Amino acid sequence: MRERPRLALALLAVLLAALPFLIGTGLGNSWVRVLDFVLLYVLLALGLNIVVGYAGLLDLGYIAFYALGAYLYAWLASPHFGLHLPFWMVLPLGAALAGVFGVLLGAPTLRLRGDYLAIVTLGFGEIIRIFMNNLNAPFNLTNGPQGMNLIDPVSIGGVSLGKSLEVAGITLPSTYLYYYLFLAATLLVIVVAMRLQHSRVGRAWAALREDEIAAAAMGINTRNVKLLAFAMGATFGGLAGGLFAAFQGFISPESFTLWESILVLCMIVLGGMGNIPGVILGAVLLTVIPEALRYIGDLQRATLGQVVVDPADLRMLLFGVALVAMMLFRPAGLLPSRQRKREFSAQDGVAEQEQASLYDTKA
Amino acid sequence: MSAPALLQVSAVSKRFGGLAALEDVSLSVGRGEIYGLIGPNGAGKTTLFNCMTGLYDLSAGHIHLDGAPLHGRKPHHIVEAGFARTFQNIRLFANMTALENVMVGRHPRTRAGVLGAVLRTPGARAEEAAIHNRARELMEYVGLKNKGRTLAGHLSYGDQRRLEIARALATEPRLLALDEPVAGMNPTERRQMSDLFLRLRAGGLTLLLIEHDVKLVMDLCDRVAVLDYGRKIAEGEPALVQRDPAVIAAYLGGDEA
Repeated sequence: MRERPRLALALLAVLLAALPFLIGTGLGNSWVRVLDFVLLYVLLALGLNIVVGYAGLLDLGYIAFYALGAYLYAWLASPHFGLHLPFWMVLPLGAALAGVFGVLLGAPTLRLRGDYLAIVTLGFGEIIRIFMNNLNAPFNLTNGPQGMNLIDPVSIGGVSLGKSLEVAGITLPSTYLYYYLFLAATLLVIVVAMRLQHSRVGRAWAALREDEIAAAAMGINTRNVKLLAFAMGATFGGLAGGLFAAFQGFISPESFTLWESILVLCMIVLGGMGNIPGVILGAVLLTVIPEALRYIGDLQRATLGQVVVDPADLRMLLFGVALVAMMLFRPAGLLPSRQRKREFSAQDGVAEQEQASLYDTKA
Repeated sequence: MSAPALLQVSAVSKRFGGLAALEDVSLSVGRGEIYGLIGPNGAGKTTLFNCMTGLYDLSAGHIHLDGAPLHGRKPHHIVEAGFARTFQNIRLFANMTALENVMVGRHPRTRAGVLGAVLRTPGARAEEAAIHNRARELMEYVGLKNKGRTLAGHLSYGDQRRLEIARALATEPRLLALDEPVAGMNPTERRQMSDLFLRLRAGGLTLLLIEHDVKLVMDLCDRVAVLDYGRKIAEGEPALVQRDPAVIAAYLGGDEA
């Protein structure tokens, strides 16, 4: 019995290792770039999943941590300040900075829940973006809306991932190299997220999500546990941000809009909040589908002879339709966790109303 | 007072705006006692529980557990001090399994943090195994041996009450406060529950009980206090309290005298 999962795991490993080659030859190298972005979004979604899926705290400003990681990378490894620190120093620093800001955001919002928390976090996300947009004067910290350029690529053992690499007669383009780096980061984050979920800390988050009063009555320091969730989620966001900056070589505030926060939230809702395979699936679908819909223009030209509907408009339309259909047919997500499955099976409504009553008197 | 009380409630008042939910309530619970808290609906029993467990701030007064102040402390500090409770309208973590619920109860007595969890250090692994074993023992103790994998919300009503007790016991309390633990149970289940309470007391635990079932209170409690409109109107042995004219008036709403 134990042989089969092991075999499946080995097959999965081979598939993941060969994936850029399969996609590169099958669909063209631009799709390997999409694949890299898929992994970045998986990282982001896994981080947000800790805050929203595990601890039940709705965060609409998550992309701010991605921005912080990216900007710190740019500050410490680009001509902007003339600093060129190695990635193994900059990435952890970016993740740590984001983690600190996670706590800074968490601390004033401890008493808020649900919609109110969402509004404050949304504001936080916008504040960070607007700061990045305007901090080019009096002191040029972020280069404002122009963004920061010529960010150092990741370089491992003297080998830069920003250029093609020739190994045993095979040329590996930069996008392939980053794929393996991102894959390593993603696997690391998956392991961390899984271990956290099934630990004392993960149970405390789940308890917090289920019933904050009962969690406190079980001796859980709800303040610390919430701050920890914000910090852990933000750390993953900061890590993804650093990788993004190195990969793109260029960042500007445009990459960190509210839309991005909502997109990442959509990924975990679509895939199945709280469930790691579901979150990954959601991130893959919501990155790949919009890219695939770009081909609708070509399709129209081929079948109708001209472009009738602008693909950019159609993309958003179909995206919206897909989300609505999703919420109608699988409201708990494509691969829901057992908790979400039950929440949406709509029983025990009365008991939950009773539970809500104590919150009102406490606030 | 001969032996110092385990729980000392001194002149506690709690006001919600103009409404005095508790007015100058004092009582003391001795070690190993089963102490009943009774009174008509709305008398302030649950409010007193919420004050004692840190969910409400006191408007006035002091509460001490074994000499240490509980007033003004956070709920999790109070649990750490050894005071656990259950809720009148059952507040389990409905979407977690029964066993996981009890495992959450081990939280204040365990240490593992993020690093331990992520690195799976030997210490964290051993602790996790101990949490698991203790939770299973407690499930068995309250009579839920084979229900560990069931979602808490899917358990029957009586089992949910039992699970809430197991979860509270997991925090290793010295004093366990139960808010209407047998409400809605049939006579057989009630008998099982009072057996459980006696076993707990025999194990050295002190019990504080809000209960409407007069027979259960009379059989089980060493002493009872009666609350009415936020005031303590009687205290003492159940049999004496039962005959107290003020208590009879409170329950029957009469203006006899």
